[in-house]
Amino acid sequence: MNASMKRMAGIGLTAVMATGLLAGCATSKTPEAGQQGQGQAAAKPFEGKKLTLVTANHPWGEAIKPLLPQFEEKTGMKVEVQSFFEDQLTQKLTVQFTTGAATPDVFMYRPLQEGQLFFKNGWVEPLDDYTKKDASYDFADFSKSAVGSTTVGGKLAGIPIITEQEILYYRKDLLQQAGIAVPKTMDELVAAVKKLHDPGKEMYGFVARGQRSPLVTQVSSFLYSEGADFIQNDKATVNTPEAIKAFSTYADLLKNYGPPGVLNMSWPQAIGIFAQGKVAFYTDANSIYQNATDPAKSTIADKVGFAVFPGGKAGSKPYNITSWGLAMNAKSANKDAAWEFIKWATSKDIVLATQQKGNPGARLSVWDKPEGVTGFPADLVPVIKESQKGGVDHDRPTVISVGEARDAVGAIVLKAMNGEDIKAAADTANKELQAIIDKDKGK
Amino acid sequence: MATNWFDRNLKWIYTLPAVLFVLLMMVFPIVYTVRISFFEWSMSATTPPKWVGLANYIALLKDARFWHAVNATFYFTVLALVLETVLGVAIAMLLYREFRGKNIVKTLFLLPMVATPVAMGLVWLLIYEPSIGVANMMLKSLGFKPLLWLASQSQVIPSLVIVDVWEWTPMIALIVMAGLSTLPSDPYEAADVDGATLWQKFTHITLPLLRPTIIVAVMLRLIDVLKTFDIIYSTTQGGPNLASETLNLYGYVLGFQYFKLGMASALLVLFFILVMGLTLALIFVRKRLEASM
Repeated sequence: MNASMKRMAGIGLTAVMATGLLAGCATSKTPEAGQQGQGQAAAKPFEGKKLTLVTANHPWGEAIKPLLPQFEEKTGMKVEVQSFFEDQLTQKLTVQFTTGAATPDVFMYRPLQEGQLFFKNGWVEPLDDYTKKDASYDFADFSKSAVGSTTVGGKLAGIPIITEQEILYYRKDLLQQAGIAVPKTMDELVAAVKKLHDPGKEMYGFVARGQRSPLVTQVSSFLYSEGADFIQNDKATVNTPEAIKAFSTYADLLKNYGPPGVLNMSWPQAIGIFAQGKVAFYTDANSIYQNATDPAKSTIADKVGFAVFPGGKAGSKPYNITSWGLAMNAKSANKDAAWEFIKWATSKDIVLATQQKGNPGARLSVWDKPEGVTGFPADLVPVIKESQKGGVDHDRPTVISVGEARDAVGAIVLKAMNGEDIKAAADTANKELQAIIDKDKGK
Repeated sequence: MATNWFDRNLKWIYTLPAVLFVLLMMVFPIVYTVRISFFEWSMSATTPPKWVGLANYIALLKDARFWHAVNATFYFTVLALVLETVLGVAIAMLLYREFRGKNIVKTLFLLPMVATPVAMGLVWLLIYEPSIGVANMMLKSLGFKPLLWLASQSQVIPSLVIVDVWEWTPMIALIVMAGLSTLPSDPYEAADVDGATLWQKFTHITLPLLRPTIIVAVMLRLIDVLKTFDIIYSTTQGGPNLASETLNLYGYVLGFQYFKLGMASALLVLFFILVMGLTLALIFVRKRLEASM
C-alpha cells in the first residue's frame, strides 16, 4: 500500500466534506449582506458578522493576533484565526479553493509563489476598486515595487504586508582587520571574498543558498544587477550572456569560496553557518537578520554589518518584493466585511504597530517615521531604505508553475558547480522555462 | 421476524463497519487515483480535468527524472534492507541470551522506532552538518577526513540509509527475537553431542530454522523502506541536485509543487504496481521455501 497516495486522497476527501459544511454555514448568512449599505453610518456596522482569517506561522500573524480585539471592538465583527506552517498553508488553501469554498474570507499568501496560480484560477478577488473607496486609506503610500509583486495581469490580487530586499551581510571585524572597504560592486565583493577566504582556518569567503529551488530567489539580484531577468516579454531569457555571467559569478563564489556542504543549504543552514562565525560574506533577504544579530543564535551578533547589494554592470538592483500579502477569497460571502478587515490590518496605524515588532511593511510613510523603524538595528534601516528605492518587484520567474520553473532555473547553478558547461545548462533551462511560459499562455 | 432477519444476516452486519472503512479509506482513494492518472489536471477551478488517456504514463516512462527516481529508490531500499537484516539478526542473537539489565537494553533499542521521523530528520541534519556537525567531529577525532554527508551527491543516499538503519534495525531484531524464542531445543542438543562450534550451530541450525521469520521481517521492511518519505523530505528534500529524489518524493513534487495531479497519480499507480509485484514475489518465495522444508 502506498501511504502518501492514501493520504492525498484522504486529505482531499476530508477537505471536501469539511469545506462543504463550512460553505453551507457561510451561504446561510448571505441575506444579511443587504444590510451592510445602510449599516455604515451606525457605530458597529458589522455587528454579529464572523470573519475567518488564515495566517501562516509567521511573526506578522503573531503581531496581529493581540490587536484583533481592537478591530472586533470597533466593528462588532468576530474574527476567527487559523494558522498553518508555510508549506501546509499553500496546500490547505489550494485544496480548499479547488472545492470552491467560501472560507477563509481573508488569508495570507506568498504573492510571487502562488499569486499567479491563485489569481488565474479565480480564487482571489481583485482589490483595485476597494482601495479607491476610502481616501484616508492612502493606497499611494504603499511602495510601488511592493504593489508590483501583488499585481497579476494589471489587477491587484492582494495587499502587501511583508516586504523583503536582498542585502549583503558581512563581518565588520574581519573587514577592518584586513583593511577592506565594504564592497559596493560585484568585482569588489569577489576580490574581498578571495582575500578573506582561508579554509585551513575554517574561515570561508562567501555563503548563500545552494539548494536547487531555494537558491533561485537569491541569484535573482545577481541577474538584475547584470542587466538580465528570468523572463522578458513572455520569452525565457536565462541563457543571455548577462544571465550566464550572473549565474557563473554565483556558482563560482559558492563552489570556490563557500563552506563545505553548501549544496544542501537553504537559508536556515546558510545563515546558521554565518552566525557561527565561519563566513565573511553572505547574501540573502534582510528579513532574516535576527538569526545573525540575536546573541542567543549567533556567536558574532555584535560583528554583523549590513550593506546594499553590490552593483554589477547594470548597477545595484536587488529584488524589492512583497514576500507576504493579504488577499480576499473571491467566493467569500462577506466581501465588504473582508475588505474592512484588510483595510484595517494594512492601515497606517496597524502597519506601524506590526512593523515595530520587526515586520518590514510596505508603507513608505511608516518607514519615514522615527518610531516606524524601532524594530530594526539602526545600521540596517538606511540599507533597507536605500534598497527600497530601486529594486525589482519579483525574485523568481513569475509564472503559474513557480515550483517547476524554479527547479529548471536552479539547475543552471548546480550544473555549473558540478563543472558542467554552463552555456549548455542555461540553454536547457531556457527551453524548459519557455515551455512553462507557453503552457501558462495556453490557459 | 425482525430478529430472524438480524440473526440470518449477522455475519454481514458485524463486518459492515470494517467493509465500509476499507471501501471508503482504501478502495475509493486507489480507484480515484487510477482515474485521475488518465487526466491532465492542475488543481485549477477554471480548467477542468482533461482526459488524456495514457499520456501521463508515456510522459513518465520517457522522463529521465522518473528513471533517476526509480534508481534512487532501489539503491536506497536494497542498501537499507541488507544492512538492517544483517544487523537485526546479529542484534537479536546478542540480545537473546540472558543477562542483567536485558529489559533496559531492549527498551533502549526500541527508542529510535518511536521517535517522530520528521523531528529525527532535523536532528540528523545537524549531526551531518559538514562544518559544525557531530558526525565530522567524530571522524576528525578518529583521524579520518571529514565527509560532506547529505551535501554530497554521492554520499547522500548512504547517509540517509544510516538514518534508516538506526531507526528501523530494532524492528527486525524484535521480530527475529520472537522467532528465536519459538525454536526447538533438540537440534542444538544433538549438535552439542556432535561437537559443533557456535558458528556451525548458527549457520546450520539457527539460520535455516529462522528463515520464515526473517522473510516476514524483510517483507515488512521492504514495503516500508520503498515508501520512505519523511526522513528524506525533512533532511534533503530530494537534493542535492535531485540525488536523493526517490519515487515517493518525485510524486510529492509533481503533485503538490508542480500541481500536475494527473502525472503524480500515474507515478503513484506505477509505484503501487511495483510494490505489489515485489510483495507477491516475496510471498511466493516464502511459500516455496516453506514447502521445501
